[in-house]
Formats: sequence, C-alpha cells, structure tokens
Amino acid sequence: MGAVGLLVRRNPLVMFMCVELMLNAVNLTFVSLGDALEDLGGQLSVFFVLVVAAAEVVVGLAIVVAIMRHRAGSTVDDFSALGG
Amino acid sequence: MLDLVWLIPALPLAGCLLLLFTGSRLGEPRAGWLATFAMIGSFVATIGVFCDLATHDEHHRRSVVTLFTWIPAGDLSVDIGFLVDPLSITMCLFITGVGSLIHLYSIGYMHGDLGYGRFFAYLNLFAFAMLVLVLGDNLLLTFLGWEGVGACSYLLISFWFTDPANATAGKKAFVANRIGDWGVIVAICLTFFTFGSLSYTEIFDVADGSRIAESTATFIVVMLFVGAAGKSAQFPLYLWLPDAMAGPTPVSALIHAATMVTSGVYLLTRVNPIIADAADWLPLLISWVGVGTAFFAATVAIAQTDIKKILAYSTVSQLGYMFLAVGCGAYVPAIFHMVTHAFFKALLFLGSGSVIHGMSGDQDVRYYGGLKRWMPVTSATFIVGWLAIAGVPPFAGFWSKDEILAFAWNESPVLWAVALVTAVLTAFYMTRQVVLVFFGRYRYADPRPGEIADAWESRVTASAIELAESGSAVDLARSALDTARMSCAAAEKDQKDAVEVGRSATARDQDLIPTDPEELAQAILAAEDAVTSAASGVADAEAALEEAELIADSAATSHEALVQEAKNRLESPALALDGPPDVAAVERYLPKNVAEREGCLPHESPWTMTVPLVLLAMLSTIGGALQLPFASSLKFLEHWLEPSLFGNEVHLGVSGGTLWVLAIVAVVGGLIGITLAVATYQRRRINHRIFEQAILADAWGVDRAVTNFMGGPGRSGFLATRLFDERVIDGSIDKIGDLVRGIGTLLRRFHNGLVRTYAVGIGLGAAALLLWFLTRASW
Repeated sequence: MGAVGLLVRRNPLVMFMCVELMLNAVNLTFVSLGDALEDLGGQLSVFFVLVVAAAEVVVGLAIVVAIMRHRAGSTVDDFSALGG
Repeated sequence: MLDLVWLIPALPLAGCLLLLFTGSRLGEPRAGWLATFAMIGSFVATIGVFCDLATHDEHHRRSVVTLFTWIPAGDLSVDIGFLVDPLSITMCLFITGVGSLIHLYSIGYMHGDLGYGRFFAYLNLFAFAMLVLVLGDNLLLTFLGWEGVGACSYLLISFWFTDPANATAGKKAFVANRIGDWGVIVAICLTFFTFGSLSYTEIFDVADGSRIAESTATFIVVMLFVGAAGKSAQFPLYLWLPDAMAGPTPVSALIHAATMVTSGVYLLTRVNPIIADAADWLPLLISWVGVGTAFFAATVAIAQTDIKKILAYSTVSQLGYMFLAVGCGAYVPAIFHMVTHAFFKALLFLGSGSVIHGMSGDQDVRYYGGLKRWMPVTSATFIVGWLAIAGVPPFAGFWSKDEILAFAWNESPVLWAVALVTAVLTAFYMTRQVVLVFFGRYRYADPRPGEIADAWESRVTASAIELAESGSAVDLARSALDTARMSCAAAEKDQKDAVEVGRSATARDQDLIPTDPEELAQAILAAEDAVTSAASGVADAEAALEEAELIADSAATSHEALVQEAKNRLESPALALDGPPDVAAVERYLPKNVAEREGCLPHESPWTMTVPLVLLAMLSTIGGALQLPFASSLKFLEHWLEPSLFGNEVHLGVSGGTLWVLAIVAVVGGLIGITLAVATYQRRRINHRIFEQAILADAWGVDRAVTNFMGGPGRSGFLATRLFDERVIDGSIDKIGDLVRGIGTLLRRFHNGLVRTYAVGIGLGAAALLLWFLTRASW
C-alpha cells in the first residue's frame, strides 16, 4: 500500500508518509518473523532501520520544506529540473 | 653522361614552374623563348645520353638511373628511376626535337594571345609528363606520365575555354582517356600480383626467362590495350580526337600528332615480352582493331571540310597503321612509322596552322584555293609533308608504311589488302587537301551559300514591303476618293441650299436673308463652281485610285514571280571549283562581310613559324634513312632497338622479290589515289560529290549514336547507378545512424525529471531483481 501510495500521490508530504508506512511495515515484518523463527536478528535489524528512517526524515523534510516555501500548493511533478 | 638523364624531364619541368610564377611578368615573347630554350636544353641532354648509349654494345645498351625510392611499402617498392634504353631514348629524341620546333613555332603562332605565358607553361608541363612516361623505369611512373599527358591534353584543348564548345571538347578528351586509364590501372594491379614488382627490368627478367600463365598475360595485355586504345584514339575511343582540334594548332601538332597519341603504341611495344606470352588471338585482335580504325578514319577524312579535321582523322588512321604493326609483331616498323609520322604529321599540322594564321582564322577548306601564290614556304613544306604521308618514295612515309605493309602481308593477305586500300584513300584525301588549299581558284571572296540565301531572303522581303506599301497607297487613294466624293456631295448640297435660298428669298421675309439679287446670283454661281470643282476632284481621285490599283497589281505579280524565282533557284554549291556563284540577281542584298572579304589577301607567316616547317620538311625527306630495307647493314633502327625487343620481333618470311612487288603495288596504289584526287579536284573531270558523301562527313554517325545513347539509355543507366549508390550503399550506413537515433529517442522518455517516473523505475527494478534472485535461488 505504501508503494502504491508513493507512486500515485503527488503531495510530497503524503509521499513521505507513504515512505514511513513502508519502513514501518518492514519493521513489523522483521519483528514478527524474528519471533516466529526464534532469531534475535530480526529485532536487531529494526534498530538499524529505525535509525536510518529517522535521519532520512529529517533531511528529506528539510529539503521538501525548503522547496515548498517558494511555491505553495505545488506538486512533485513541477520539480523536473533534473530531467534530461 | 648517362647519369644526367634526369635533366631530360627536369628542364621542361623547371621551365613550367618558372612560367607559372613569372609568365605574365615576362610577357611575350620572352616567356615563349624561355620555354623553347628549356626544350632545346632537354634535346641537347637527350643527344648527350644517346651518344653515350650508342657507344655501348648490344648487350649493355640498357641501364637504370634511380633517383630515389618513391613508395617503399613492403612488397611494393616503386622508385623514381629512368630506364635508359634504345626505345626510350628514341622516343625522347623525337619528343624533344619535334617539341622544340613546335615551341619555336608557337612563339609566332600565339602572338597576341592573352594566355601566352599560360600556354607555354602548359606546353612545358606536357613535355615533362611525356618524358616521364617514356623514361620511367616502372609501370607506375609510366602511368604518372600517362595521366599527366591526359591532364595537359585537357588543359591545352580547352585553352580558349571562354567558348563552351572548347571546354566541352577538353572534357570529352579527358573522359575518353579516363576510360583507357581504367584499363591501365587494372593491368598495373594484375602485373604486381603476377610479377611481384612493377619495375620493367624485373618484369622482363621473369617474362623472358620463364613463361607466365597465358591467361594472365592475355588479360594484362588486353587491359593495357584498352588504355592504349583510349590514349591513341583507336575505335571506339577515337571520338575525342576530332573534337580536340578545338585547341590551338601547335597543341594539335604536338599532342595529337607527334607525341601523346603515340604513347599507346609505346606502351604496347614496351611490354612486348608479356605480349609474347599471351594468347595467339591477342596480337591478331590488335592488328584488326588497328587496320579497321585506319580504314574507318580514312573513309571519313575524304569528306571533311575543316583543314584540321582532315588531319585529325588522318592521325587516327596512321595510328591504326602503328597498331597493325604491333599486332603483327613488327615492333621496329611501328616505331619507325611513329618517328616518320611525328615528322610529317607535325609538319602538316604546323603548315595548316600557318595557313589558318594567314587566312586570319578561317578553317574551311572549301574557301581557300590558290594559296601557293601568297604562301610559298608554307605550300612547299606542306607539299613535302603530303608526299611523305602519301607514301611516295624517297620521302620518309614510303619507307615506314611499306615495312608495315610487308609485315601485314606476312601475317595475312586480308590485313594487307585493307591496309593497301587505306593507303590509297590516304593518298586521295591528302591530295584533295593540298589541291583545295594551295591550287586552283582563290575562293575566299566568294559569297557563301548561307550568305546567298540571306540575300535572296532580303530581296523577297524588300519586294514584300513594296507590295505592302503599294497596297496602303491603294487604300490611301480609296480614302481620298471617298473624301472627294463626300466634298462633292457637300458642294452639291450647298448648291441646292443656295438655289433654295434664292427661290425662297423672293417668297420669304426679306429682313433675314440678303435680297441682293447680285449676291444671290453670285452665291448660286459660287455653289455651282464648288460642285464642278468637287466633281472634278472626284474624277481625279478616281483616276488616282485606278493608277494606284495598277501599281499594286504589278507589284503583286512581280512579287509572286520573285517568290517563285527564289523557290526555284538552284542551291549554289558550297565548293565552287569552276567559278564564283552567280549572284547577279541579289548582288545588292549580299551581307556586308562579303564585300569586306574582297580585299582580304593571305600573308606568309613569320620566320618563327616557317623555320620549323622547313626543318621538319628536311626531316620528312631524309627520315627514311633510319631503316632502309635493302641490306641488313642499313637497318639502323632495327639493330639499335634490339635490346628493347628481347627477340620478340617477327621474322619476315617473304622473299626479296615479294618485297619489291609489294613496294611497287603500294607506290602504284598511292599514285592511283593521287591521280583520282587530281582528276576530281583540279581537272574536275569527276564530280567530287561522289566522294564527299554526307554520311562520311558525319563520321558514319558514330558520334551522334554515342551521344544519343549516352543521353537516352545511357543516362538512365547512370541515374540507376547513382540511385543505387545513394540508397543502398550510403543508405545502409545512414540507416545504422537512424537506428541509433531511434534508440536514443526511446530512452530519452525515461529522463523527464519527474520524481514519480524515477520512483516507478526503482520499483520495477527492485521487483525484477527480486524475481531474479528468487528464480535463481530455486535452481
């Protein structure tokens, strides 16, 4: 669902929320399987993923806010300056 | 002295380079003298090398002087070297000798021409190329000279290039030569593959020692023969030579008589060991093409009217004789005829140039006549040249032509018969030329058929104008009559009014009208007078109309009669041998140039032009001494050329008695030709039109046929080839480029800068990787 949402939604903030959705889904998967397979590695992976997700959110939101400040109500499609 | 052989081509090259840079500054005649001295220097060098070579005996009469290696490319190593052997030195002797004389001649001939310096630069360049051709020690250097003379021929034919016809003639010569060049290139490649080298010494060592494969040798020689046919104007590549007469006469003399056109014969003589190894039918083919071309050209020459075209076809014919000789294995007679031909043909061409110079540019033989009176030196030397080419002993042409006829008889009587008929024709057309130009009535001032036709046209037009004028006079008279009638009617009306007034005056009110009976009577009388005069005016006008109509009628009848006369009049002949055409009826209407020509008399040429003529005449007289058939010790040329021929000369298997008979038959044939021509053109006992058929003047329609073919089906072929080249060959490369561009267009759609598209890409890629890993793991 997160993936679909990432592809379909145009508002950057909503796209971020989808990304978080996907990351949390992964965490959940890791924990449940770690418990099912009696392996502690699952819970360890969650640590790494959570840390990276947090860092990424900080940086990403900062960039998005910086861009969104210039044009309110713009969508992701407008930022095609890197296209070739 | 042998080591200085490089001077022979170097001096003309130096002359050319100097003239290219300083020609216009030197101006005439210094530029001409510079070029001439370069050639004379080359001739002196040739004499020096000749003397040195002559001191060597038979087995050592060949040496190679190498300057440096030109193309050191592994197996193929080509030097700039000069092969000094009897054949090449013989050719150099007459090239530089006759060339110097022609350079001297050109100083006078090209006087006043704007391109004076350019002309001599080209002439020297030509001499350089020709000398490289004959002196080269390998096929590639010969080919360098070969192409060089072709290029110079083009430059010199279209020397007066501002006239498009001259430029076209130059292009035609170059293209025809190029077709021959293809043959030579193929032959060079094949020679390299067969012999591993292009140098003559190495090729001949191989060919002379062990026989090479017959088919290879045949193929090489066939290709070289194609090249020779192009350069030496044999059928069917002769078409460029008559057109090449568009160039200045010294060019025609040097290039198209004495030197360039002989390079084909030289090439075949040079590779005689390869011809010896080739199939038996090949020399026969060469002789048949040669004799066929000779006969063909001779038939065309008898109907030509341009003084230079007669000589051009004559050259084609004599070259055919040389090829006949080469084909019969008679290399020495071929070279002998080449040398004597250089003498007398150059003499004839320079003589014709002198005539053209004296006649201020007119080249039509039909309008010469009787020039012996004004040009004694030219006519005397031309007559010597005529006797030489007609094969009259003891002049040079007889000896060389007789040798060729003897060898032709040795090969096949049919060849001999065709060659003999050609000799008769040669004597005929040359005598025709001499008689028409130098003897007989001076025809230059005659009105030409075109001018007479124009005069008749003007006369008919004048008469038509008169008719129109008389018609308008009639119309004027008619309108005058009408006016007179109208004024008469008006006068009668006035009279009636006056009478009415007179009558009514008495009855009417007398205040308004003058009642003086005198006045009234006078008025009535005046009116009556007016009527009378008007009536007489009408009568006059009627008489005038009758007169005008009479004049108009007579004008109409005389105009009709004139038109009829103009239609029925006999077409005056272009060649009026007996007397000037009858132009009494239209003398007033002849164009102005006829009167201008009356006072124009020819003049003899300056010494720079007559001295070469005299020298060449002397050479044409004594040239036969090179190879007299009476005793073996007198056959100088044969002994001299032996080292170059590797024993491939055919031995004459006929007895001395047969040789005498053949010689006598040849002389009788020549005399028959001369007598026929004199009977036709001087004594006028035979109608000359029997010989001058239209189809012969048109050269059997070959030129027209080739033009039609090239313009029609030929052009379609060329267009098809061009389309194939554009669409298939170029197209395949272009399509590859289009393919790459198409792929690029496709891929560009992924680079639109939209984040979501990239996200889709990431997702699809991740899915694909996942799939791949899963399927891999399951194996």
